[in-house]
Amino acid sequence: MFEIVERQELAQGTIISNWVKAPKIAAKAKPGQFVILRANETGERIPLTMADTDPERGLINIIYMVIGKSTALFKTLQVGDSFLDVIGPLGAATHLEKVGKVICVGGGTGIAVLHPITRGLKNLGNYVYSVIGARSKDLLIMEDRMKAVSDELMICTDDGTYGHKGFVTDKLKETLEKHKDIGLAVCIGPVPMMRACCNVTKEFNVKTLVSLNPIMVDGTGMCGCCRVRVDGKMKFACVDGPEFDGHLVDFDELNLRLRSYLPEEKLSYDAFKTSQGHTCTCGK
Amino acid sequence: MTEEVKAPKKEKIPRQKMPEQPAEVRRHNFDEVPLGYTPELAMKEAERCIQCKDPRCMQGCPVEVDIPGFIKFIKEGDFEGAIRKLWEKNALPAVCGRVCPQEVQCEGLCILAKKDEPVAIGNLEKFAADYQRLHGRDVLPPKAEPTGKKVAVVGSGPAGLTVAGDLILKGHDVTIFEALHAPGGVLIYGIPEFRLPKAIVAAECRYLERLGVKFEVNAVIGRSETVDELLERFDAVFLGVGAGLPLFLNIPGEHYIGVYSSNEYLTRSNLMKAYEFPKYDTPIVRGKKVATFGGGNVAMDSARTALRLGAEKSYIIYRRGREEMPARKEEIHHAEEEGVEFMFLTAPTRFLGTDDGFLTGVECLRMELGEPDASGRRRPVTIPGSEFTVEIDTAVISIGSSANPLLTKSTPGLVLNKWGNIVADPKTGKTMKPRVWAGGDIVTGAATVILAAGAGRIASNSIHDFLIYGW
Ligand SMILES: Cc1cc2nc3c(=O)[nH]c(=O)nc-3n(C[C@H](O)[C@H](O)[C@H](O)COP(=O)(O)OP(=O)(O)OC[C@H]3O[C@@H](n4cnc5c(N)ncnc54)[C@H](O)[C@@H]3O)c2cc1C
Ligand SMILES: Cc1cc2nc3c(=O)[nH]c(=O)nc-3n(C[C@H](O)[C@H](O)[C@H](O)COP(=O)(O)OP(=O)(O)OC[C@H]3O[C@@H](n4cnc5c(N)ncnc54)[C@H](O)[C@@H]3O)c2cc1C
Ligand code: SF4
Ligand code: SF4
Ligand code: FES
Repeated sequence: MFEIVERQELAQGTIISNWVKAPKIAAKAKPGQFVILRANETGERIPLTMADTDPERGLINIIYMVIGKSTALFKTLQVGDSFLDVIGPLGAATHLEKVGKVICVGGGTGIAVLHPITRGLKNLGNYVYSVIGARSKDLLIMEDRMKAVSDELMICTDDGTYGHKGFVTDKLKETLEKHKDIGLAVCIGPVPMMRACCNVTKEFNVKTLVSLNPIMVDGTGMCGCCRVRVDGKMKFACVDGPEFDGHLVDFDELNLRLRSYLPEEKLSYDAFKTSQGHTCTCGK
Repeated sequence: MTEEVKAPKKEKIPRQKMPEQPAEVRRHNFDEVPLGYTPELAMKEAERCIQCKDPRCMQGCPVEVDIPGFIKFIKEGDFEGAIRKLWEKNALPAVCGRVCPQEVQCEGLCILAKKDEPVAIGNLEKFAADYQRLHGRDVLPPKAEPTGKKVAVVGSGPAGLTVAGDLILKGHDVTIFEALHAPGGVLIYGIPEFRLPKAIVAAECRYLERLGVKFEVNAVIGRSETVDELLERFDAVFLGVGAGLPLFLNIPGEHYIGVYSSNEYLTRSNLMKAYEFPKYDTPIVRGKKVATFGGGNVAMDSARTALRLGAEKSYIIYRRGREEMPARKEEIHHAEEEGVEFMFLTAPTRFLGTDDGFLTGVECLRMELGEPDASGRRRPVTIPGSEFTVEIDTAVISIGSSANPLLTKSTPGLVLNKWGNIVADPKTGKTMKPRVWAGGDIVTGAATVILAAGAGRIASNSIHDFLIYGW
């Protein structure tokens, strides 16, 4: 059993941060790797990136957005409760190297995934520009933690309630224009955001890493559910990724496959909300 | 008149039919298809065995089960004697009785098969094991004194379970590391409930646990820990990680929603219990028209799972002919009875789908059989211009699996063949890496349960020799 020892609600309760006891995983995990979790016997296997680890205390940090049945179920777990299964570390670790100047761009919960990579790049002596964004000020997460691992941090909100009004791509473009010597971009967030970022970095011919989040089952390369097309070839994101060269990723295909179970997911989530006493149709 | 003086000629007993759920009923449920012999039926079937002095059946069994030996016990009503006899050679009789391809192994060579139907060896093996599990005395075999040696077994399929069972009895300290959250390998995630109830696999694992085997699930060796790290803590390591890398057709449209590898389809259904969605959270596409590509056991399992998930049409699309299908005869027969439709000599060329990505059909070409290939099977060749389209909303690709590189890539010193399988000595299971043994599908490529279990037995003997005598 994997006990939750710390729990915070971020972004008005839409995003949850847990520190979970998993000493073996904490000792091994590297930036870019993820775990698969199952809350209980009837639960799905859900992949989440480790936003941070504390090997001394044997803890891993997961930060997830509540978007469906499983993440809503995770949200009900309090300090002292446990996940039934936590499997990892999975996926290939980010290849971190000293490039000189890098830019790290994160949107939504993608910031959680971006954080350990940013820190890794910073620790190697890179000069780190970071851009983080959210729809609105209340939904922005991890500003302090990103600030601590960046040389310059830029903030964007869609509605202008905080920082630059507009998308992270605006700041990405501006920074790349100003600093022609940036050698690497890491862009992690919702698929449309990563695609837009890649379109920008392509113009500047800057190598770009993205982290893909296809639907997964086993996370060990056994099922092929997580297949993505990269440079025209089929890759399994759980073992070959989840990070890939963003300029080679077929985002259309990823987007399409992410919608595989929309009706089932809705059914499942609605039934869960009803069972939890939330019966209105507000969609939350 | 002289006829009558002779001892009365024994009445010939026909092969005892296995009672099963009617096809119309079972195609809508996940319960086991054969209902099992009653003790009376089993004893009657056992009587058919003529107890050959030089039993040919045993030559067909990869682990040389003493077939006349265990059948004799059944005949005499000593069911505990029967299971003990089986256990001498086979750690998983309840499984093997159900899933061995008996018609090409033990039963295929039974002397009775020359004139009549062979003895139902598989059914009897299943009976003996089930009887023991359900009604038998709860006996744990004696364990040797602790040796102080520690063995790590990676993978909990039939190979790994056999190694663990053997070595724990020999007094070694055994830990199984399994990547998934439940042990059993293909027996738990691949072979469906209606063919191999999961309770049986769980019972086998519980039995090992009671003997003292430790199970560490959720342990992906190569990621959670490497083989080299295991070697620091253990005296010997056995690798039984299976052949779990799904092959795809590599034709256009394989990304459409509704296209599955059989590994994914069956894992969702079996391990994750998607057939009980939404009680269980993992979803699966419940297609109305499903096509499964392939002709092996995995394909039969997928096509029959599709029926049980509510498909109106479940096709098997296979590029060779009926005779070339590698599946067990019983599975093909069961699939047909349940209404699976076969399209032989047919090969898919591309999947068709809607703009928003949902699968709507598959385009196929007809084939004809040409010259025999290296495997001795006649090679199918396409008939140009024979394209036609089958309307489907779900496709399951069951054209085989190969070695998963996750563990092997992270283990320096292992030698692999060109397909990525681990090279191991067939007589000992030793790999080229000191203190590391391997067996089962990761060595042979996708094969059978009993071959994996047999490889486990060979390796466990060698590991024991190494731990005790140093060779
Ligand atoms: C490698 C990887 C790392 C991830 N890291 C994070 C993270 O750090 N924080 C975070 O908030 N999210 C992360 N995700 C996404 C997260 O796994 C999904 O949001 C979650 O599975 C949704 O489950 P649900 O039941 O709550 O929602 P559902 O209603 O089931 O699904 C909502 C959407 O989530 C996606 N999804 C559903 N099931 C899965 C699944 N088993 N695997 C992957 N995606 C699925 C689908 O696009 C689906 O439409 C990651 C995904 C991957 C593959
Ligand atoms: C659907 C299906 C139906 C079949 N039907 C039949 C049949 O009717 N009759 C028959 O004889 N055979 C059948 N087979 C084949 C048979 O199941 C296999 O040959 C047999 O299970 C192989 O056993 P194994 O021990 O080598 O590996 P597996 O059973 O494949 O088990 C390997 C285990 O190792 C685990 N593992 C993998 N990598 C790691 C890692 N890095 N760390 C830790 N654990 C790991 C896997 O999760 C898995 O649990 C079928 C196979 C399938 C898929
Ligand atoms: S283990 Fe398999 S091959 Fe051997 S006797 Fe039993 S059913 Fe036949
Ligand atoms: S060959 Fe047939 S009849 Fe002879 S011992 Fe074996 S099972 Fe019995
Ligand atoms: S999740 Fe199954 S292969 Fe990647």
